[in-house]
Amino acid sequence: MSNKLFSYNILDTPIHRLSGLTKLIGFLLLTFAVMFSYDIRVILAITLFSFYVLKMAQIKYSQIRIMVIYVAVFILINMVLTYLFSPEEGVKIYGTRHELVRIFGRYTITLEQILYQVTKALKYVSVIPLGIIFLLTTNPSEFASSLNRVGVNYKAAYAVSLTLRYFPDIQREYIDISLAQQARGLDLSHKAKLVDRFKNALVIIIPLIFSTMDRIESISNAMDLRGFGKYKTRTWYNSKKLAKEDFIAILISFLIFLLSIFVSIFINKSRFYNPFI
Amino acid sequence: MNKKPIIEFKDFTFQYYSQAEPTLHNINLKIYSGEKVLIIGPSGSGKSTLGHCLNGLIPFSYKGDIRGSLKINGMETRDLDIFKLSRFVGTVLQDSDGQFVGLTVGEDMAFTLENDRVPTEQMKERVKEVAKMVDMENFLTSSPYDLSGGQKQRTALGGVMVNDVDILLFDEPLANLDPATGKTAIEIIDRIHRDSNKTIIIIEHRLEDVLHRHVDRVILINDGRIVADMNPHEIIASSLLNDNGLREPLYTTALKYAGVNVTKEILPGHLYSLKTDDIKDQVKNWFKSIDKEEEIKEEKPLLKIENLDFSYDSRRKVLRNINITINEGEMLAIVGKNGAGKSTLSKILCGFEKHTKGRIFYKDEDLKDKTIKERAEIIGFVMQNPNQMISKNLIYDEVALGLRLRNMDEEEIKERVNKALKVCGLLPFIDWPISALSYGQKKRVTIASILVLDPKILILDEPTAGQDYRHYSEIMEFLKHLNSLGVTIIFITHDMHLMLEYTTRAIVLADGEIVADDRPSKILTDKKTIEAANLKETSLYNLAQMVGIEDETKFVQTFIDYERWLKSKDEQ
Repeated sequence: MSNKLFSYNILDTPIHRLSGLTKLIGFLLLTFAVMFSYDIRVILAITLFSFYVLKMAQIKYSQIRIMVIYVAVFILINMVLTYLFSPEEGVKIYGTRHELVRIFGRYTITLEQILYQVTKALKYVSVIPLGIIFLLTTNPSEFASSLNRVGVNYKAAYAVSLTLRYFPDIQREYIDISLAQQARGLDLSHKAKLVDRFKNALVIIIPLIFSTMDRIESISNAMDLRGFGKYKTRTWYNSKKLAKEDFIAILISFLIFLLSIFVSIFINKSRFYNPFI
Repeated sequence: MNKKPIIEFKDFTFQYYSQAEPTLHNINLKIYSGEKVLIIGPSGSGKSTLGHCLNGLIPFSYKGDIRGSLKINGMETRDLDIFKLSRFVGTVLQDSDGQFVGLTVGEDMAFTLENDRVPTEQMKERVKEVAKMVDMENFLTSSPYDLSGGQKQRTALGGVMVNDVDILLFDEPLANLDPATGKTAIEIIDRIHRDSNKTIIIIEHRLEDVLHRHVDRVILINDGRIVADMNPHEIIASSLLNDNGLREPLYTTALKYAGVNVTKEILPGHLYSLKTDDIKDQVKNWFKSIDKEEEIKEEKPLLKIENLDFSYDSRRKVLRNINITINEGEMLAIVGKNGAGKSTLSKILCGFEKHTKGRIFYKDEDLKDKTIKERAEIIGFVMQNPNQMISKNLIYDEVALGLRLRNMDEEEIKERVNKALKVCGLLPFIDWPISALSYGQKKRVTIASILVLDPKILILDEPTAGQDYRHYSEIMEFLKHLNSLGVTIIFITHDMHLMLEYTTRAIVLADGEIVADDRPSKILTDKKTIEAANLKETSLYNLAQMVGIEDETKFVQTFIDYERWLKSKDEQ
């Protein structure tokens, strides 16, 4: 179908072969590394790394186009707002002031502000590919079994996999209902007033809720009838043992994480890298 | 046969806590090990409730008051829980999409084993074995989105067979399948019954389709009571089916029209068992005696589709070179297997999707630049499940929605809503909450809410899905009435009875192309078309062959005309 926002795709790449657990741990470690550091050199390195992994996983631009657009818009808005609300943030952080242009009033462009905002934007840019890789290369039920193995209750873990299993169904149903209601005259475009748009959304959501509840009833019956919840534990058809590659991948992520902390503590002596002093 | 009952109901009564009356009254029934039993009954008869009692959903998920006794394998079920019961009774539910919990075929079949804590390696072995039994061994890594309805059902069947249960319970197994797949499903169930000697219980209201293969007993339930417990020949020879709002097989209806006395002696239970030696001449004479001239209707083109192509991406075309002229006042069916392009075509007509090539004309006007909203005033679309459309509490508000969204003034809205409700026979319910209506009435509400926009053409997606014969007739007679008021009606359907009885023309799609556009009597007697579109020949066709009538198509057409003539006579 043409309208899937994201979906697991089956390929045989080194990234796909890693266990879901490995990818989860790697994703978390790298995210922490990026979140912790404000050193543009570290972040740039991680960005390059994550794009390299993206390429290794053979993810095509067409698969993630919509997501990329959303993210780009989000980052753009974020940058504009950051500047509008605190144009002097960079100066405050780095303690120096290299003014380039004065626009008006307190709005000037300084090297410090540029560095700060570029660093911040790069943080998003470096993490997003990792998230995409995780979503697109992990078999959801294998991921559920990994969660279960690190101690998450299997019912909760299975809920994750069920959500992913039925998400496309519900998405399709939403589109069908929305089209049928538009035919009755529903206006979902931006021309309608905000209050009307909210009211109109209900016309789609109410039928969606009712038909989803029907679906939930039949799924939960099907699961009960096949013994879900019989014991405190269960086994998994799709469980992968951690292989050598998994340990290597986790090790690499952990080293990157350590590196980021190390640079902050011993080289920069703060979370920020300051080239201005 | 082993004379020890594997299932035994004794004075069994069940009442849901939410209901004022018991749903099952005083059931006494024995089913023996290795038997194959069909349970039939109209909607609301209690047949599904009976199934729920067997698999433990009652009282595990649906609470209620149980009196009397139900023993399975000699054990009182109220002392067991749903998990213990699931060791003896495997259930295949009707919604094969909803019960597909795994992300792949293999994983779904393994679900029970996972919950039983079977080690992964052993589990994979067992799944492979079972997949072979249900012919799914080449699909173990396929996801549900790549499977046909029949394949999903076979996966579900595999999913309960991994447990090596004694009893297999099928809850409306034919509900969501196209005719050919339904026929195959009945054949697979039969094969498993013969190979494994398991006890098989099938709950269905589509009698003729189940009787495609042998069944030991038919149990007819109505109003929560067992009305009949006999073999297929006896039940078909009786008047019980008609009395209880169920459809008898078409071939027996034809025999009755021909004046044949349908007794159990001619073995009418299955088409294959029917003895035709003594009745041949009667059927032939009846066929000869009816000579009808072709009715020629004046054709006025209303909607023209010319050279239409459609694809989601540029690689694969979902529809190719579609040319259809729909005439004013027609009632026609679009048929074909899932994925053949039926729904896509209707979406294009409503403007939900934009076609890549070709043109659509309403009268002489090109519909290209009309918005979804504008098109809705020409072509109305009614979704399959009324719950997918209803968003208001009151019938009046629901029907008025489309007009209010068009900012019409309340005076005129009132007038139009009243008119639509009157046409749909809902005027007495005008102030009722929708939740108090039956399924069929809800369906009418959704039809009314489209009719109020005054479309010239109505497209209905499976208008009678899951309905028993009485509700089916009710909905279809209503649509026929609408048609007589001048609305052109298009059905998207798998139901061949509907197509035969109510339409004058059927368009058959296969792999995005039109493979036939003809009278239903012709299509359902043409081997090539039947195969291309996963249809099934009507039993009238087989009957014609069995009694030695050469022009089977004409025989089918004669039957339809005769039936319509009977109905119109009734109405006068």
